[in-house]
Order: sequence, then structure tokens, then C-alpha cells
Amino acid sequence: MKFAVVVFPGSNCDHDAYHAVRHVCGQDAEFVWHKETSLGGADVVILPGGFSHGDYLRTGAIARFSPIMNTVRDFAEAGKPVIGICNGFQILMECGLLPGAMLRNRDLQFHCEYVGIRVEHTDTPFTRRAVEGQVLRVPIAHGEGNYHAAPDVIADLEATRRVIFRYVTAGGDVTDEANPNGSINNIAGICNERRNVVGLMPHPERAVELVTGSTDGRVVFESVIRQ
Amino acid sequence: MRFDSATLQRHGVTPDEYARIVELVGREPNLLELGLFSVMWSEHCSYKSSRVHLKTLPTSGARVVQGPGENAGAVDIGDGLAAVFKIESHNHPSFIEPYQGAATGVGGIIRDIFTMGARPIALLDSLRFGPVQDPANRRIVKGVVAGIGGYGNSIGIPTIGGEVMFDETYSGNPLVNVFCLGLARRDAIIKGEASGVGNPVYYVGAKTGRDGIHGATMASAEFDDTSAEKRPAVQVGDPFMEKLLLEACLEVMKTDACVGVQDMGAAGLTCATSETGSRGGVGVDIDVRHVPQRETGMTPYEIMLSESQERMLLIVKKGREAEVEAIFEKWDLHAVRIGEVTADSMLRIRDHGVVVAEVPNRALTDEGPVYRRPFSPPADLADRQRLPEVDAAGLPGPADALLRLLASPGIASKRWIYRQFDHMVRTNTIAPTGLGAAVVRVKGTSRALAMSLDGNGRYCQLDPRQGARLAVAEAARNVACAGAQPIGATNCLNFGNPERPEIMWQFAEAVAGIGEACRALDTPITGGNVSLYNETDGQPILPTPVIGVVGLMEDASVVRTRVFPAAGLDIIALGENFGELGGSEYVKTVLGVIAGRPPALDVERERALQQFLVAEAAIGAIRSAHDCSDGGFAVALVECCCDSGGVGSDVMIPMATGEHEINGETGTLFGESATRVIVSVNPDATDGLLERARTAGVAAARIGRTGGSRIRIAIDGELSLDCPLSDAEAAWTTGFSRWVERTTAAESGLGQGNQ
Repeated sequence: MKFAVVVFPGSNCDHDAYHAVRHVCGQDAEFVWHKETSLGGADVVILPGGFSHGDYLRTGAIARFSPIMNTVRDFAEAGKPVIGICNGFQILMECGLLPGAMLRNRDLQFHCEYVGIRVEHTDTPFTRRAVEGQVLRVPIAHGEGNYHAAPDVIADLEATRRVIFRYVTAGGDVTDEANPNGSINNIAGICNERRNVVGLMPHPERAVELVTGSTDGRVVFESVIRQ
Repeated sequence: MRFDSATLQRHGVTPDEYARIVELVGREPNLLELGLFSVMWSEHCSYKSSRVHLKTLPTSGARVVQGPGENAGAVDIGDGLAAVFKIESHNHPSFIEPYQGAATGVGGIIRDIFTMGARPIALLDSLRFGPVQDPANRRIVKGVVAGIGGYGNSIGIPTIGGEVMFDETYSGNPLVNVFCLGLARRDAIIKGEASGVGNPVYYVGAKTGRDGIHGATMASAEFDDTSAEKRPAVQVGDPFMEKLLLEACLEVMKTDACVGVQDMGAAGLTCATSETGSRGGVGVDIDVRHVPQRETGMTPYEIMLSESQERMLLIVKKGREAEVEAIFEKWDLHAVRIGEVTADSMLRIRDHGVVVAEVPNRALTDEGPVYRRPFSPPADLADRQRLPEVDAAGLPGPADALLRLLASPGIASKRWIYRQFDHMVRTNTIAPTGLGAAVVRVKGTSRALAMSLDGNGRYCQLDPRQGARLAVAEAARNVACAGAQPIGATNCLNFGNPERPEIMWQFAEAVAGIGEACRALDTPITGGNVSLYNETDGQPILPTPVIGVVGLMEDASVVRTRVFPAAGLDIIALGENFGELGGSEYVKTVLGVIAGRPPALDVERERALQQFLVAEAAIGAIRSAHDCSDGGFAVALVECCCDSGGVGSDVMIPMATGEHEINGETGTLFGESATRVIVSVNPDATDGLLERARTAGVAAARIGRTGGSRIRIAIDGELSLDCPLSDAEAAWTTGFSRWVERTTAAESGLGQGNQ
């Protein structure tokens, strides 16, 4: 299986995503520069974390205009799997592939720490190998991860089972203390209506080897690899 | 003379220095030339007060690939790789504007590392602030932390460790020392050296503005006349520009189209051109009109002295220009040819083709003044070195004292700080931040690198030579506790005004101490930074040499932290307790003074202990290791239990030998004798470890077991201290954060987006 890791100016988790799928999961992977228009025959697209275009204007706001994003949009509309991690999630929202927006974390501080996220649904390409209700211990690293959307959008996301990851305690409970940034309904990740495009703020690519602290993020990649 | 004394004074050039300039140039300089000398001969760039002392430091060793004099030092770490690292200060800017001062400090040291062709993979910070109980200091703490995070998090280099201490003397003069380490192929390290007559000189990165000119030298009257605006002396950082520069420069360096690279930091274009020319023994001829400018009407003086951030100078091989330009274009950067390398070893500056300055490169870089400033110990040294008389009956009980020490901001957990730093990006961090030395694995190998920054201004105030020796020992010991062999060091020397003999004495003594300890521990100094004149209203900071030590582990999988990993393990105390309280956290926190003599240090014992730790870690005999430093044995024992998920400890230790300066119990629990480490081992491994310790000449004793929910310490069979771990951990967890969280959200509203 071949992964395309899109590199924007200011991407900084591109190497981590590449390392996770290439060296840890043993798949084919290629960096794709944002000025390209071809994904080089990739089966999966990863929009990695970072501060694309310096977070100028708004996080992810300029990256949506990169030439590669037209191709990514076509790729997504063809039903193929796309995952946006952290800044990649923000880019997916800016280009309309996912609903909602991010506010500053409620305490206005950048947070880098491990959190618990619960897998809410397993019928996406990135959660297929997980167990519903499974709690993953993965890191977050963001200053703007406070998920926000209009009440009807939130209601629709919940009704159509499109909240894919939620911040929870180690025991799997949705509590305010388990919510690191103030996201509505503890939302950590969502998918589109067709369920092939997933965005999440936590970093599963940072949790794929025991030596760095957790392997819980592997299931996200293994789900799409071993379909 | 062409200039009046006021002009010379504004340029910080003494009459003697001016005479020397005339001699070196062969005529009177013009204003621009005077400006060039003023920045290059400033203390910051020329090390004129410190150079004679720095020369005594050990800088060579089997692993040293690059010693002092380049943008950063480098040591061999095997597999054809080198670790490139350096520490630098950004103290004064961080006081004026904490966020940007700290942010540009991070940006500057990162440039020093990738300038060498190395990929930066780790940042650490050594910070000093005034007491956090004061809101004015809290504002600085928050700004500095936000600035470090704002730059490091954005650019995607993890900030994985460091240290923070507090003292009144840092209130008007905080210290922000930033360390960066990068990886390079040993044979691909690039130097800041110009060569090849006719090779083009390129400028790339941010445009040049009027910012920072006052930072390098004083404004001249002429400068004021032409510029109505007073620009802030603190530059504004742009991590996005730096990220593009970093990626583009590393891509260019892979092509071998570049013969030399230098970043523009202090003294900007002046320093970059004259240093590359001087190192290569060649001339550099540039025209300032080709330099991209942010503002109109800039004079050659302003362009040459600007300290705008995120700019690089490249010497490109003639004929390879298109290749280099194309890589920068890919990253939306424009590399501009501003001149070329010449044969005559002069720095020649043109404006629209007309020569406006012409001086020998070496005159600027190597032939500056060197001062042997007078030094003498302070008159009250003997008084300082005496502990005050205390009535033991009035002292807090052991458990109370322990809780007070754990809650003192210098000792308490700094999670509030490091949680705001991305310490995991690049997925190399293999020892969780906050649990000991900072450790990153080296992908593609089995190895890992451990790093620690240490310095103790209190010790140095009382005995700068001893304080500096102890700082080297502690940094190396921390690295050894992680399981790594110390292999190299860097230093950042923060002192007051060197024109005062007692400050110069502190400096000279500290450098001597660093040299002694680095020689004994085989950690050569590969570079560093000196920051003098750290004074406000005549009040100098505590003398604060900060030492960064880098260690190498052959097997990344044996990395150890301070935390007891389980209940039921044997606790072993390594080293000896002499109960020394001089300069200790106890004396500062409980008695409110900095007094006494700092602990002794036997470097041979220290070396033996460190080698023992590395060897035991390598065979997997040790489960955790933590050194006893601030707060002594009792604080160290609690720190081993914190973050363990509630694993307490029950130990019995002997009464400390030595003088019992306050009383035996206090010295035993809170004395800060050096060369001591608390380790945990599986019970079935204890006998073997103790036997090997005997052979290695390391004092070692089994003192108890991990487990239970309390901290219990008995001395010579008598219970001395018994408190719930939950109380101790709560004091330690909140001791710092309760102060910094005491403000409105709006006050901490500086930050940035995300990863």
C-alpha cells in the first residue's frame, strides 16, 4: 500500500508520518510537495501536522489553495482514504472536506501531553481494526484544537455517527477534566459523510513505537493497511 | 581625529581602540568603518575580556570533530555521524520583551546548528528568573515560556529539557540560555568559511530592516538624524521564515554546491562577511544595494549593522548558481547574489558600485583588543562562606522542611512549562520530558544521545571555581544517570560587569573550575557563549555558568529515568553523604540566605561513579537512577517517587559524616554533597551490583525498598521523617504552577497555533 505524505511549507510532522508508515508499518510512502498536482498513484493521503504557511491568516487557511489540494479533493471525492492530523485536520476543515473550525485552547496555552481518546466508530478506513469504545493513549501538541461548530452541525455529526474520536479519561469516560482544550462534546476527531476522510487533533503517528512511549496510534494506520 | 569623543563613546570604542583601528586600517576610518569595528570589537562579538581565560579550557579529544571558533561544536557519535551542538544566551532582549527575546534566542541557536549542515533535533533551555511570587517576574516567566514555545513548537524541533532557578538578583536580569543539538554526517559538516576567488556570495532569507541596530552598537548622531523612528533593539522572530531557510539550506548543502555558510546573528552582515572571509584567508566584496531591504532609504551603515533575524550568507561554487537558486525558489525564497570572494583578504563594501568601506577582514575578527582585566575576590568572601548561627530548636521539623523544599519553585515540578513545549515532535524523544536528562534516539542506529543543562548560581556566588566544577559534574552525572557516557560539553557564562574586579574574579575562577572538571571527566568544551554586563542598577546577577553536557548511549533501549518503576525494588544509595549545607536550597529556603561553602567535589570519585552508572545501565542492572542535588537526599528520594503512580519508599540511611553544620539530621536529609545517586534495582540483582560497586571503588549501600504510600526515612535506626507521598507529591506538583496559574487568562494570551 502506498501513502502520500503531503508537505506544505511549514509542515513539521511530515517526517514523523513518513517514519510511521514507512519504517514502522513497512509500507511504501512518498513525500508530495504542495506545488505538485499528482499524488503519484498513492492509495492513502496523509495531511501531516505543522504550521503550514506559518499559520498566517488562520491555521490551514492558506494551505487549501495549494495546487495539490485540488488533487486531494478529487481523491477524497472518489471515496479514497484521506487522514488529516492536527494541522492537517485544520486544512481539511478550511477546504470544506470536513465541517467545523478550531478555536484557541480554552486556557490559551499550547498543550503537549498524552491524552486518552475513545474510538467511537469503527466504520472508517482509519478505525476499522480498532474496537468500538477502545481507549487510545496518544499525544496532542496544539494551541488551537478547541473544536467548534454550529449547534446544528454538532447535532448532525452526532446523529450521523461522525464523531470518530473523543477525549476521555483512562477509564473511557467523557469528562470535562479529560478534555484538554475545550472541544464541544470532547470531540477529538471526525469524518465526512462518506466516512473516507478523517481528521483528528491528536498525533497517532507519534504513538507507534514502545520506545517513544505508546503504540496505541498504530491501529489508525493498520486499519487502512490491512483492510 | 575625524570623530569627537561622544561619537566614539556611542560606538563603545575607547581612544586606545580607535588608535589601534587607525593603525590596522592605515588611515582614519570613515563612519561606516567605525561602525564595523564597533560591533566586531564589542564584548559580545570579540570576547575581548573573556578570551584569555577561555583559551585555558580543554577543547580537544578523540571524539571532537569541531571545537570552538565555528558556528557550533561537534563530536563524533559513530556510524559516520556527528552531534553538532551549542548553547547561547539571549538575556537582555528577554528582559525588555520576554516573548520576542526568548523566541529570537531559540531562532538564533537553531541557525547556528543548521548552518553547520546539521538537522536540529533537540532544544533545551536554562532559565533564571526573579522570585515567581512577584507578578512582574511572572510576566517575564510567561512571556519567555510562550516565546520559546512559539518558536520551537512552530518550527518543529522538540524542546525536551532544561532547568529553571529563581533568585532575587535575576528580577531585573533574567537569563535565557538556549541549547540546540543537531545531527550531521561527519564528513558533510559545512563551515563558515569563504574560499575560491570569484565564487559568488549569496544572501538568502528575510529582508534587512532597521531592527536590532541598537542591539549591536549605540546609534550614532548621524543615524539619529536620518531616522526619526526609534526602532526597538529587540528583533522580531519569524519561525516560518526560519523553517523555510532550514529546509532549503539543508537541501542546498546536500548538493555540495556551497563552500561555506554563515548565519547572520549578532553584528549581522558585518559579522557574516568578515568572519567567513577571515576564516578562509580571503577577501569579500559586496554591494549593499543588492541586499534585499524591508524599508526604503537605508544607508550602508544601517544595512551592515542590522540584526534582522532569519538571514543567511552562502558562498556558492562558481557555475553552480542556478542549482542553488532553484532550490531556494522551490521554498519560495530568493537567493540574491550580493558580491564575490576576492584574493586580497579585504572586506570591501560598495554602494551602487562605489566603495564605501574597505578594511582587512582579520582586523575585524582576529586583531581586536584583548583585555587582561584585573580581578580580585570580593572583600566579604569569608563572611559569605560562613553559615549563620541558628538555633536548632527554631527550625522546622524534617517533614515540614521537606514539604517547604518540595514546594519551592526552584525544586517543584516544571510541568506547567514543558507542557507548553512540543517535546515529542520528530518522534525521537525516548525519556519523557521532566523525568531526568533529555534523551533522543538516533534513528537508523541503535544509539541515543542524552543531554543535560546545569548551573548553580548560589554555589558560584560562594565559590565560583567550586560552583563551576559542581555544575560540570552535575550535568555529566545527569547524563550518566540516563545511561549515557558523557562525551562533550558546551558552556554559557552569564556574569555581571567584567570591569569590576570581583566580577572578573568570579569569571576567571569559574572558567578555571570548568576547565578542571571537564579535563577530569573527559568532556571537552566544543563551544559556547559569554554574556557579561548582566546587571541592573549596579546589582549583578549571581555568577551563573551554565554547562551543557552531551552523552552517548550505544543502546537506546537501556535509557533510564529518575522514577521508581515499581514497588518491591531495592533502593541503593551510591556515593557518600557528608551533610554539606553550604549554598544549599535548605539554607536559602528555610534560613533565607545564600551562605556557607558549596559541597566538595572529588572528581576521581565522580568519574568512577559515572562510569559505574553507564556500565550498570548497559547491562540492564539498574531500573531507575536519580542524582541528589538541590534539596539533598530527602528531596531526591521524593522525586524518585513522583510520577510513579504512587510508589512510596521506606529507607534507613546512616547519619552523614562531616561537620554537622546545622545539625546532623538536617545535613543528612537536606545536605547537598555531590557525587550521589539513588538507584532502584530488582532485589535479585542487588548483591551483584554491590559487588561490582566495590570493585569499581564506588560507595554503595542497600538502604531500603520501594513501595507503600509513604516516604519514610530513618537515620541510624531512628525514624526521622514520615509523610504521605501524596502530600509530598502535591507540594512538588503545585509548588511552581500555583504561582504562574495565579493570573487571568488574558495575561497568558501569547501563543501560537498548533502542530
